Amino acid sequence: MASSIPVSASLPRLRRLPAALARPSTALAALFLAALVVTALFAPLLAPHRYDAQNPGNRLQPPSRVHPLGTDGVGRDVLSRLIYGARVSLTIAVAVEAVELLFGLTLGMLAGLRRGWLDNAVMRVTDLMFAFPDILLAILITGTLGKSLFNVFVALALVGWPAMVRLVRSRTLTLGAEEFVLSARAMGASDGRIMLRHLLPNLLGPVVVATTVGMGTIVLAEATLSFLGLGIQEPFPSWGSMINTGWQHRRSDPMLTVYPAVCLAATIMAFNFLGDGLRDWLDPRSRHA
Amino acid sequence: MRFLLFILQRCAFAVATLWLLSVITFSMGAMAPGGPVEVMLGQHADPASVARLKKEFGLDQPLPVQYGRWISGFVRGDLGTSYRFREPIGPMLRERYPITVRLALTAGAFAVLVGAPLGLAAALRAGSWVDRLATTTALTGVSIPAFVLLPLLVLLFSLQLRWTPVTYEGEWWHLALPAVALGSRPAALVARMTRASFLETLGQDYIRTARAKGLSWGRTVLTHAAKNAVIPVLTVLGTSVGYMLGGSFVVETLFGIPGIGDISVSSIPARDYPMIQAVTLLAAAVFIGVNLLVDILYGFLDPRLRVAPTP
Repeated sequence: MASSIPVSASLPRLRRLPAALARPSTALAALFLAALVVTALFAPLLAPHRYDAQNPGNRLQPPSRVHPLGTDGVGRDVLSRLIYGARVSLTIAVAVEAVELLFGLTLGMLAGLRRGWLDNAVMRVTDLMFAFPDILLAILITGTLGKSLFNVFVALALVGWPAMVRLVRSRTLTLGAEEFVLSARAMGASDGRIMLRHLLPNLLGPVVVATTVGMGTIVLAEATLSFLGLGIQEPFPSWGSMINTGWQHRRSDPMLTVYPAVCLAATIMAFNFLGDGLRDWLDPRSRHA
Repeated sequence: MRFLLFILQRCAFAVATLWLLSVITFSMGAMAPGGPVEVMLGQHADPASVARLKKEFGLDQPLPVQYGRWISGFVRGDLGTSYRFREPIGPMLRERYPITVRLALTAGAFAVLVGAPLGLAAALRAGSWVDRLATTTALTGVSIPAFVLLPLLVLLFSLQLRWTPVTYEGEWWHLALPAVALGSRPAALVARMTRASFLETLGQDYIRTARAKGLSWGRTVLTHAAKNAVIPVLTVLGTSVGYMLGGSFVVETLFGIPGIGDISVSSIPARDYPMIQAVTLLAAAVFIGVNLLVDILYGFLDPRLRVAPTP
């Protein structure tokens, strides 16, 4: 009894995981992100200097043995700040996605399964959220709450959850009419058991894809807020604020802008390419040919 | 008749949304720590002048009264007074919005003129190298935000090649780089959507029928497929308005364009709440208005969509 159909049905997919990475763009994206995660985790070991160690006598240095990518406008090591910047970006992305998953899965499944007033409330609130440009709302929230790492997280989590709830709800509506859910219910399974054992395994595919692509969106949103001076505050490094401060030296030292810009673009691109590859792998129908 | 009802319902929802957003926007300004008067006068201001200034801006009134004043003024076109400039906001924004609109329209035109042909080419040659190239280009375009692309474009075209100035100097073609930067993501989204939408439409029975009755391939695509395939593309454009509103904040700041985005960004650290609230609500109104228009256009293009929002 314990092993229901959906669980076993999803297993063969796992065995085909290497096939998913066969596409060069997907494999490259996965590899890049793995390296980025390692960089973020071991930032203190990998960074040659502290991210906030200033040396006014050593401003805007070109690359050297001591400073592989040179120094910024107040003499801080650019490579070290890029490495810690990865940590900031990924921390925010993981934290926000975790909250979105928690809200999205519970609210979405409950709304789709129970319908009624809860479903109505969820739909109306998400309608309202969709009617407002995301980044403006995030700007408004951080502008109001004040600037800090935690408030960036709050703003982005508040802005991001509706899309996940809607995705989970619509999949739940479809799955809820399937026979394996109806039969589980006929056998007296509780809502909780249906959600965990029957719906969740079947929801995972689209949710994993949405989470992957969503990480890229959050990395971008954090960088935008930090670029505007509303996100991560000095001396903590964020790729977004590094682009902003680098831009002040664009004539003398354009690479100060290029390095964080390339890191940011590569990271967002990697999340998108990985998400695209995962989508095609999990849902062969999306492979139009 | 049903269509009229559909339009009315959509308009009612838009107005209700806008009203709720005005309440949210207002309360956020009211909740924010560190009142604007304190910021203006500094920490050691004497209580008398704080009280006088609060009275001048109506901040001594209870919040519902403040909200009522603000929103009724807003409806009549009076957007309030900027704390920072001590000037009415309406005329300041009127002076600045044309350049922002021009930037957004140029970016939108770029998105359609580049995105639609790219997506169409990919769909017509699905599976070929053309398709792969277009798809990869589009996914790359989606991934590169305006504020990454613009500095790179400026470094290349302005500082290296010296084709354009580094900041906006008043000529319309100076907007080329920021418009490309702002339009690249919408262009990529349009391309992806056009491809997916045409692929789906081209597989339909009525396309085969059109071909079977002897219509040429080109005419089939242009007359039969295009009408249906264009609907999802409209959605992308509607939601892209939101992205471009946010993007214009960044792009205007980077490129020194004296528009709405530029003044909004500098209003945030100055705690100029009336300005922030006015811009936020106006931006929301534009966003909601455009998406309302898209909804109604849908109804014209596809009668099946003339129904209430999905329950």
